[in-house]
Amino acid sequence: MKNVFLPHSLADLWRHWENEPAAAVYAGGTDLFVKMRSGAINPPSLICLERIEELKGAEEKGDFIRIGSCATHAHLLENSLVRKHLPVLVQAIKVLGSPAVRNMGTIGGNLCAASPAGDTLPPLYALDAEVELRRQDDSRRLAVKDFLVGPGQTLIGQGEILAAVWARKADGYNLHHYEKVGQRKALAISVVSLASLVRLSSAGVVENVRLAWGSVGPTIVMCPEAEKALIGKRLTLETLRKAAVYARQAVSPISDLRADAGYRRTLAGNLLLRLLACS
Amino acid sequence: MVRFVLNGKDMQIDAPPDRRVVDLLREDLGLTGTKEGCGAGECGACTVLVDGETRLSCLMLAVQLEGRQVTTIEGLQRETGAGLHPVQEAFVEYGAVQCGFCTPGMALSAVRIIRRNPDPTRAEIREGLSGNLCRCTGYVKIVEAVEAAAWKMSNKPPEKPAKDAAP
Ligand SMILES: Cc1cc2nc3c(=O)[nH]c(=O)nc-3n(C[C@H](O)[C@H](O)[C@H](O)COP(=O)(O)OP(=O)(O)OC[C@H]3O[C@@H](n4cnc5c(N)ncnc54)[C@H](O)[C@@H]3O)c2cc1C
Ligand code: FES
Ligand code: FES
Repeated sequence: MKNVFLPHSLADLWRHWENEPAAAVYAGGTDLFVKMRSGAINPPSLICLERIEELKGAEEKGDFIRIGSCATHAHLLENSLVRKHLPVLVQAIKVLGSPAVRNMGTIGGNLCAASPAGDTLPPLYALDAEVELRRQDDSRRLAVKDFLVGPGQTLIGQGEILAAVWARKADGYNLHHYEKVGQRKALAISVVSLASLVRLSSAGVVENVRLAWGSVGPTIVMCPEAEKALIGKRLTLETLRKAAVYARQAVSPISDLRADAGYRRTLAGNLLLRLLACS
Repeated sequence: MVRFVLNGKDMQIDAPPDRRVVDLLREDLGLTGTKEGCGAGECGACTVLVDGETRLSCLMLAVQLEGRQVTTIEGLQRETGAGLHPVQEAFVEYGAVQCGFCTPGMALSAVRIIRRNPDPTRAEIREGLSGNLCRCTGYVKIVEAVEAAAWKMSNKPPEKPAKDAAP
């Protein structure tokens, strides 16, 4: 039998963790329990973070929306700040898992699981998000793109939790788009995904653009060359095709049971062409 | 000791904290209406309502029930008094049950859909049921049943107008 602790505050958490430093923390368990079941990991004891109020909800902080790590996907879908300022994140969460998985799973768990297919990751890259990490006596902030170092790997330290995600408001963009290609609609891990933020001038010229791809590398892939190829241009098929060439060069997909590398590479470029339909 | 409300009844259970909720329900409490299909979040057969929201009892531990209100399929009829819940009635009426393995989870997901949205479209019903797999029915009758249940629960006329019933 494993001991499972259910702290109701951060103070509670630190007190307990000090005495049981080998315990693994979890939030929704939708990733952790699947891994424990497959035998991939077997922590001696567990700490569930779901009751810690300090880790929930979302608030406005200047140019950022600060989202508690244990906010569930379902909660974020209904949160008015997130809906207003981070539409690309909302679009991604809408296609994450199933209703029950969204009722349980959290944004913090999605980040810490660090899957290249994690649906909140491309939006958070595009939004220049940061993570707030906490341990008993200090806290630090890191860019999400530095926090995630490889499949399943983050810079989180021993005795440290992800407390919050700071996502920059996307108010300066007028085109927000997340698209995931999976093998079916629901409960599908992405084969390739793309989060796009575009600021178009009133004349339809791209003034600023952020693009981030999922499932085509060890972490999320960004492609400054593709972004540069779009700036100052209109979103025509021709310009998007040119940018797509850079995108296909930037990605480093693998073949697995869901798709092969060549298909992923082609798709990574083709997803860009969809912006034509959104603009 | 875990304290929670199960189908309207106060419970105090001395379960190991790492007992999965699906095992607690089925093995320890004998409530075998909740099914385990995949044990990994993929099939929805183990769906229960926790504080009114659908959750997967195969990915939840006993200690997480502390202070919660849990509804399993056995408790669904209590919500409407005697007899079957309108969702259950509609499943029977529309032939939405074949082997029945997915039915408890489907019914609880359906209840949540209708509670949040008393007049769901077929697309919304499909989305709401998207985490519940059925290997028998092909889903059409299940979607029809949920639509009919929503209609009935909204106390509208007995027959749903044909224009809404079109696929
Ligand atoms: C059927 C199914 C379908 C799924 N579909 C998708 C999908 O379409 N897209 C997708 O992106 N994901 C999907 N997932 C994966 C998973 O649901 C998500 O990644 C979810 O966001 C994980 O959140 P969680 O809170 O449940 O994580 P948990 O399982 O609680 O935790 C995941 C990992 O992060 C660590 N952790 C969690 N929170 C913290 C914290 N605050 N501080 C430090 N460490 C922490 C845990 O130790 C663990 O290692 C799916 C899962 C299932 C079971
Ligand atoms: S048994 Fe829980 S989702 Fe399949
Ligand atoms: S009726 Fe058999 S699985 Fe749905």
